[in-house]
Amino acid sequence: MIEQNLILVLAFLPFVAALATATLPENAHGAAAWVSGALLLAGLGVMAGLHGAVADGEPVRAVLRWVPSLGLNLSFRIDSFVWLFITLVLSIGILVVIYARYYLAETDPVPRFYSFLMAFTGAMICMLMSGNILMLVVFWELTSIISFLLIGYWYQGQAARDGARMALIVTASGGLCLLLSMLIIGQILGTYDLDRVLASGDLIRAHPLYPLVLVLFLLGAFTKSAQFPFHFWLPGAMAAPTPVSAFLHSATMVKAGVFLLIRFSPALGGTELWFFAVTGTGMATLLMGAVIALFRHDLKGLLAYSTISHLGLITALAGLGSSTAILAAIFHIVNHAVFKASLFMAAGIIAHETGTRDMRRLSGLMRYMPITGTLAIVASAAMAGVPLMNGFLSKEMFFAEAVDWHNGTWLDNALPWIATLASIFAVAYSLRFIAAVFFGPAPTDLPQTPHEPVAWLRLPVEALVLACLVVGVFPGLTLGPTLNLAVESVTGTTLPDYDIAIWHGINTPLLMSLGALAGGVILYFAFAQRIAEGPEGPPLLHRLRAQRLFEKGLLLLSWRVPRAVMAIIGSEKLQTQLRTIVLLAIAGVGLALWGTLQQAAEPRTNALNPSFALMWIVGAACALGAAWQAKYHRFAALTLLGGAGLVTCLTFAWFSAPDLAVTQLLVEIVTTVLLLLGLRWLPRRREEIHEDTLLPARARRLRDLIIASVAGAGIAAMAFVIMTRPLIPNIGDWFLRNAYYEAGGTNTVNVILVDFRAFDTFGEITVLAIVGLTVFALLRRFRPAPESLRDLRPEEEADAETRSLADYLLVPSVIMRWMFPPIIVISAYLFLRGHDLPGGGFSAGVTLAIGFLLQYLGHDVRWVEARLTVLPIRWMGFGLLIAGATGVAAFAFGYPFLTAHAQYVDLPLIGKVPAATALIFDTGVFSLVVGATVLMLIAIAHQSLRLSRMREHEAAEAQAKEAA
Amino acid sequence: MEIVLSAAIGILAASGIWLLLRPRTFQVIVGLCLLSYAVNLFIFSMGRLTVGVPPIMPQGGFVNPTLYADPLPQALVLTAIVISFATTALFLVVIIASRGLTGTDHVDGKEREG
Repeated sequence: MIEQNLILVLAFLPFVAALATATLPENAHGAAAWVSGALLLAGLGVMAGLHGAVADGEPVRAVLRWVPSLGLNLSFRIDSFVWLFITLVLSIGILVVIYARYYLAETDPVPRFYSFLMAFTGAMICMLMSGNILMLVVFWELTSIISFLLIGYWYQGQAARDGARMALIVTASGGLCLLLSMLIIGQILGTYDLDRVLASGDLIRAHPLYPLVLVLFLLGAFTKSAQFPFHFWLPGAMAAPTPVSAFLHSATMVKAGVFLLIRFSPALGGTELWFFAVTGTGMATLLMGAVIALFRHDLKGLLAYSTISHLGLITALAGLGSSTAILAAIFHIVNHAVFKASLFMAAGIIAHETGTRDMRRLSGLMRYMPITGTLAIVASAAMAGVPLMNGFLSKEMFFAEAVDWHNGTWLDNALPWIATLASIFAVAYSLRFIAAVFFGPAPTDLPQTPHEPVAWLRLPVEALVLACLVVGVFPGLTLGPTLNLAVESVTGTTLPDYDIAIWHGINTPLLMSLGALAGGVILYFAFAQRIAEGPEGPPLLHRLRAQRLFEKGLLLLSWRVPRAVMAIIGSEKLQTQLRTIVLLAIAGVGLALWGTLQQAAEPRTNALNPSFALMWIVGAACALGAAWQAKYHRFAALTLLGGAGLVTCLTFAWFSAPDLAVTQLLVEIVTTVLLLLGLRWLPRRREEIHEDTLLPARARRLRDLIIASVAGAGIAAMAFVIMTRPLIPNIGDWFLRNAYYEAGGTNTVNVILVDFRAFDTFGEITVLAIVGLTVFALLRRFRPAPESLRDLRPEEEADAETRSLADYLLVPSVIMRWMFPPIIVISAYLFLRGHDLPGGGFSAGVTLAIGFLLQYLGHDVRWVEARLTVLPIRWMGFGLLIAGATGVAAFAFGYPFLTAHAQYVDLPLIGKVPAATALIFDTGVFSLVVGATVLMLIAIAHQSLRLSRMREHEAAEAQAKEAA
Repeated sequence: MEIVLSAAIGILAASGIWLLLRPRTFQVIVGLCLLSYAVNLFIFSMGRLTVGVPPIMPQGGFVNPTLYADPLPQALVLTAIVISFATTALFLVVIIASRGLTGTDHVDGKEREG
């Protein structure tokens, strides 16, 4: 139990750190570093606490249920391999935090850097701990996204933006491939649980989809670990601040790919395909990276290609797949992380103190920074594989593996040769890194005079170099047992305790090592001058830049092709777009229904009632009339539209839907008034537009008429066929049966809205609130057309007109004024009976809004607002709050969001009254509907005041001027 | 009854779609209203047509669902009515704002060329 909680703590710690650092001020360098470092240190403490449990051999697990119906749980597991990896990430993380504290300039914004760094650590750790393969992909992609943000930290620079974008595109696409392969594995096995996947290797390998799974999986792993031919994003990522490069692009993130290869080797490995794909790619990357690294002039570029090369080495080992190969791979992951992080930091120090990273300008720095120089020399020796260093040990094991017989294929036979050749280049570039920078004559044209950095900046390097030495000299005492446990947890077999030692006697691997050392030294000294004078890259090959190819491809895909397609099928005209949509819809429905749309054998029909037919003759005439008149006679069209709406409303009433009839009627009133208010802002159109009578316009109208008729006929046919089929029992029956017993209401429609599907309603009223606010906001910035303003008559004339209007509207306005209280009562009545009889929050809300509206119609705006203050935004806000709070309150009783409770209360005189909590929710709905409706109507109505307000404002200003 | 209602839905939809394809904003807004009537009636009619049996339950006792109108399409349409009101309001404001900005009520914000 304690272990479970520790795991959850570990999963959340870095994210807590990310949140905490995100809230710090821009320049709180010290605080951010302390917070991040302390939380990472706490993480290391957790790891120490978990060590005992993990070392027992069984993985420690913790599960948080998330989406159980999909088999998605937040499931974490830690075995020895993961334990080792997380400890590595946390340790280097702490050193990187210390380094970054002194590396970043005072002006660099702190919260962004540290919170991204911590979030990245969290994503990485959670990815390592994932016990579910889908969750693993989620955190995998998260590391890609955060690394994008970190590479682009100095987003002012073009290189940083390009590098970040390229890294994201490459690694995230790889992640999508990985997701696909995980989904297929899930389909094959019926589980996404990592343990079961790892135990079902035989099933996966025997499946016909195995090659596809493997290819997709490898695309994911290779892109992340920068394997050839996806290596090009890593050098581009060097635009990141050095602490990021040291952490992500050498020690941790790029290792995620090889982590995955090693982790899944029991499930996917062991086949010839795996061997050729993984070991082949690894060896190619190993050699290519080492060769290119030798020719780079940029310090970080050299280290980046060296990282690619070392990742190739680990990949090759994972492809071999034997227990000892896995042991060597894990060992090299740790060793490479340690020496490469220290080298990146050293390179960062050099760039920081001299102002350049170009090895052709650097020289003889040993006399200015002897301590840093010594540290870098030791770390480079580890990188080259010099004896007594940690790099030597794992490289030796790699050689031993390369020499071993595996399957006798040509690739297997070539392994020792490729390995030695690559090592020669590795020795040469390590030597170049040291010789070119620290030895030779004093530098001449450096931007700054170099000197030793502050001690704190050097401390992480010192710690890492010490680790190189300690592991290199006492491998068995330090890492040996942990490594053996880690290998056991990967392969599942108990390994006969493998002795990692410095001295195995004189054997082939040792000879290969010595040969590589000698070869490398000779290679460098023979060609040092030419390399320094040559281009940035190996001879001939430097012209072929994968990066440039990538950019070209990107340009083609994201710019040229889309624009070409757009030019062919796109249109800026709304009419064309809408026509395309309608035609596509007709075609889609037509294709789907062609030949299958048949009438039921025994059609279900109601006997025709002539008055219903008569009613719809009127309705159809209204609809057609509205369509006919909408261009030149807007008012007539609006009236006819109202007629069609009214007939629709009667139809609802006719066919047993009283709720709909009530709502439709009320909404009809509000919509009509709204459109009426809008009419005055549209241009006059009394005269016929000449072009309308010409042939092209007629042809267009005819074409649209045909489209509309076809669509209408299709909809009518569909409606008829379905309406006459017998009704299949559906979920509606459940609502009917349970409305009273479960929700204590007899009006099933209202019960569905406020209880069974209250969450939908909650979403809906939120939409309504958003629309209300949008209308309000749009109208605040509204600038009417000059033509509409010109129509506003001068003040005096308008006043006279208002007076005469008030005269002949006297009786209606008095009636409207007196209608106000009755409407409030009607609204309350509709609201209270809603749960049991037609009514409810919507209709009550719209009714009250109409009550307000009548006041605005009967009098002028100022008269109303002098007497009645409506604060629509408050109504909306409180409505949303009430509805939300009702939902949240259910949590307090241990129920899910928006669970309602129902009972009846006996009130004196009135009798039994339903008192469900759904009624409170409905109050929220009511209040919001009132607010939103009134807000929209008033906002539009107020536009008429605009001109007179403007005048008043001008007059006031003029007076103020006169007074002054 | 069914044939009348389906014909009505067809006519409402056809008028609505025809107006959608017109060049003036007011035509489009009227078209959207007509189309929303048609769609609401269409969804509503998926619960079949029943006369005189609104889905109001007795208080207690056995409930035979076949004796009542289907409440589900009604609940859906109730939501749809409110939302279509909201979209109409939004669209109205957008068209009057667009008219104020561009000086025309053409849907593209400019008169047809040529």
